[in-house]
Amino acid sequence: MNGNDTKLLIEPIVDNNPITLQILGICSALAVTTKLAPAITMSIALTVVIVGASVIISLIRHHMPSSIRIIIQMTIIASLVIVVDQVLQAFAYELSKQLSVFVGLIITNCIVLGRAEAFASKNPPWPSFLDALGHGLGYSVILITVAAIRELLGSGTLLGVQVLPLLEDGGWYEPNGLMLLAPGAFFIIGLMIWGIRTWRPQQVEKPEYRIHIVHRTEPG
Amino acid sequence: MEHYLSLLFKAVFVENLALAFFLGMCTFLAVSKRITTALGLGLAVIVVQTITVPVNAIIHQYLLQDGALAWLGLDELDLSFLGLITYIGVIAAMVQILEMTLDRYFPALYQALGIFLPLITVNCAILGGSLFMVERGYDIPESTVYGFGTGLGWALALVLLAGIREKLKYSDVPDGLQGLGITFITTGLMAMAFMSFSGISI
Repeated sequence: MNGNDTKLLIEPIVDNNPITLQILGICSALAVTTKLAPAITMSIALTVVIVGASVIISLIRHHMPSSIRIIIQMTIIASLVIVVDQVLQAFAYELSKQLSVFVGLIITNCIVLGRAEAFASKNPPWPSFLDALGHGLGYSVILITVAAIRELLGSGTLLGVQVLPLLEDGGWYEPNGLMLLAPGAFFIIGLMIWGIRTWRPQQVEKPEYRIHIVHRTEPG
Repeated sequence: MEHYLSLLFKAVFVENLALAFFLGMCTFLAVSKRITTALGLGLAVIVVQTITVPVNAIIHQYLLQDGALAWLGLDELDLSFLGLITYIGVIAAMVQILEMTLDRYFPALYQALGIFLPLITVNCAILGGSLFMVERGYDIPESTVYGFGTGLGWALALVLLAGIREKLKYSDVPDGLQGLGITFITTGLMAMAFMSFSGISI
């Protein structure tokens, strides 16, 4: 592995994260993160699909007519998602029920199609594999962090194990119900973006509008 | 009639696809900078959603679901695993047909929608609507109402957010929150407001 390969793999994790910087694949990042277990399952499912799709698309990149490439890419992604969905239903039925429609929605997850279109259709299989793995991991890091925060603060558990003893069971922690609801997820991702951008100021977006102070009248 | 009205209300407000199920978020955040573009995209989503959900309901009911091919004498066959690939195919085809029809007969509307029509294929609110229809077993009239309702709800949330963001750009936001960050917080507050609809039923 040379330096370029490492860069392909590591860069999407913080510096070019698909969720917090590229605004891709947000739907599932918010929807499956009320508990840690489904979030981990979803991360694995997405990483498998994105790596598989990128490698396959990269292998056939010279044989794809560009006018129908989107349809070909969608078909490959949809087939991989069906395989993952069927495997989940066979071996982890409870988890697949919890994930509901969101495994199917990996098809329209913009990260997968985005990497296929922007990277895999122009590069050889090995770099495409690393790029896809990096984006899969970047997605997983955000998903698992959000899920850990939401499960810990929302129900005082991690992976179903009680970490903070609840008030109703004689402990001291009053669960924060907002964390389990839709708005909680938006707030956590918003605050995470704030954190990441404070740490890496080059990611800050330029404001569209600035207030200019032209002159100031001093009180006499 | 009352049943359909209640389904419509639920699809628009209580179970808003964008604010309660987080569907179509990528487009939702990317296209909500101006009210006019938001209106165009919202309109396109309503049209596509109202067509694709019932079409997928018909395909699911008469071709894919367990025992659906009994009319061919194949009553043991269960093709429901082909669902995902079929629905996305139908959506892509519908978007393409709609694009060609609009181009031919309503060029003004086609110009107004522009780039948003092809983008709708990869909008997960559209596929999500079809998948929820299958999961909840809606019949054909129900899925028409559901499709229209979810499309309308998504469009409503998009236009509202665009309205807020047009004003928001004049406010003094901390550097790290600029742009995407503050949009997430705003959407969170909107989701909280929409939660007050839960529990209302007609």
